[in-house]
Amino acid sequence: MSRYPKPREGSWTEHYPELGTEPMSYGDCVSAERYELEREAIFEQAWLNVGRVEQLPRAGSYFTRHIASASTSIIVVRDAEGTVRAFHNICRHRGNMLVWQDDPRQDQSGSCRQFTCKYHGWRYGLDGGVTFVQQEDEFFDLDKADFSLVPVQCEVWAGFVFVCFADEPQQPLVEFLGPIVEPLAAYPFERLTSRFSYRSHIAANWKLYVDAFQEFYHAPVLHRSQSPDGLARASERAGFEGAHYELVGPHRVVTTDGIEPWRLPEQMLKPMERITRSGLFGPWDTPDLGQLPSGLNPVQCEPWGLDSFQLFPNFAILIWSQGWYVTYHYWPTSFRSHIFEANVYFPPAQTARERVAQEMAALTFKEYSLQDASTLEATQMMLESRVVDRFPLNDQEVLIRHLHKVAGDWVDAHQQRTAGGGAR
Amino acid sequence: MNLLPAVFADLEPFTGWCLPTEAERYAKRLASTMDEMVAFYDAITSRAEAALDYCDQLPLDALPDDARHLLWLLESMVMVSFPVELWRQPRVPDTATTTLDCVHEPVP
Repeated sequence: MSRYPKPREGSWTEHYPELGTEPMSYGDCVSAERYELEREAIFEQAWLNVGRVEQLPRAGSYFTRHIASASTSIIVVRDAEGTVRAFHNICRHRGNMLVWQDDPRQDQSGSCRQFTCKYHGWRYGLDGGVTFVQQEDEFFDLDKADFSLVPVQCEVWAGFVFVCFADEPQQPLVEFLGPIVEPLAAYPFERLTSRFSYRSHIAANWKLYVDAFQEFYHAPVLHRSQSPDGLARASERAGFEGAHYELVGPHRVVTTDGIEPWRLPEQMLKPMERITRSGLFGPWDTPDLGQLPSGLNPVQCEPWGLDSFQLFPNFAILIWSQGWYVTYHYWPTSFRSHIFEANVYFPPAQTARERVAQEMAALTFKEYSLQDASTLEATQMMLESRVVDRFPLNDQEVLIRHLHKVAGDWVDAHQQRTAGGGAR
Repeated sequence: MNLLPAVFADLEPFTGWCLPTEAERYAKRLASTMDEMVAFYDAITSRAEAALDYCDQLPLDALPDDARHLLWLLESMVMVSFPVELWRQPRVPDTATTTLDCVHEPVP
């Protein structure tokens, strides 16, 4: 019995016939060879989000980011004209990492007028050009113009900074993101600048965590211990049903309905939710963000929970109805490991009460995420046994089929390009 | 020397929970017994409404030290609420090998 109408084909999955309804293999999560292919075909080709413009408030603001899948560290900087640029974080003289402190594995952020290499003192302007060479006249026919920092393709959309490691991206960023993000273009991200950031090393393939967060079928079961018995039992009885699913190009979105916790009977709430007027769905007292973009909550759920935009390959933006948003990033480090990052954004709190409500929402998010992460290592361990290669997926898990299919398609296309690319 | 506003002197025994960062509050939770957390939870929740009212009369971005300590205590209240209200153990169940470190948070 559907609470929300499904497409005329009878299911979300069959609405996208290229996905099929057969059981799926997770062979793409258990092999080093496959990871190497994904690294080249996906993580060195796709646009990757590396942060937001608020992290670069003025000319000279920069941050560095180590990206294992590209075997590099990059500097993202706002130049004197205000343009956001990205460079490989390597000094052109002898290859030292240009910007680092104490530990080259630790990302840095700050503000400067130029970058100075700590090895021999070469300096680079915010545009990447060499501005100073120590004892320049000792070199042989050195033309500084030939030794600028190596640029990385960098574009900004809705305040999100993306890079692409291909010499020539297959598509401009806006085209790559496509129509699925249109509802987000007018979202007031720039007003939600109060940020909680979380980071974790996960002993599982990156796609397994994407999968964990792109279906909510698990929620009433895995997260049972997060609610008083009354609500937990009711949630499990009801099960989960997404209100709307949409797949566009390599990206996916799911809309869920919500709850109005302030209307729930006492035994269904934790006392702390009442004290802080906040919880899983966010602070109960919604900030005034003005009229939200019309494309959000496309089927007009009332109450609405969230829209979860799963942007290929490793980035997600969750817009919650209660006036906050969350992002996820999954940075692969091997076929069986990745770094997970989550950012939780609110409008700056004006009062202690608002601040405590945000603390409650952020910490609730963390406790749920710890449970979501908890199954991943256990899943990876057993997938690597390879005793089962056919896993059934239900209609609420349609986005999982899509991710694995798209990842496979990108690998296939890349292999065809490179096999057929005998041009060199 | 008292850390909290005088009207919250009854909470002085719990100022070990006046910790400025989420990482410190989470670490203290994992290192605490349920008895310790229940005692703190019972004391702070009965005073939470008064504490929120007290802090809300002051500008959040310029809290005096004693009110800032009180706000940290409220944030620790949120921190211990999960084990006390739900799990009877410091960690969310089944997450012995799982971590999620808070590496940046709003101040205050």
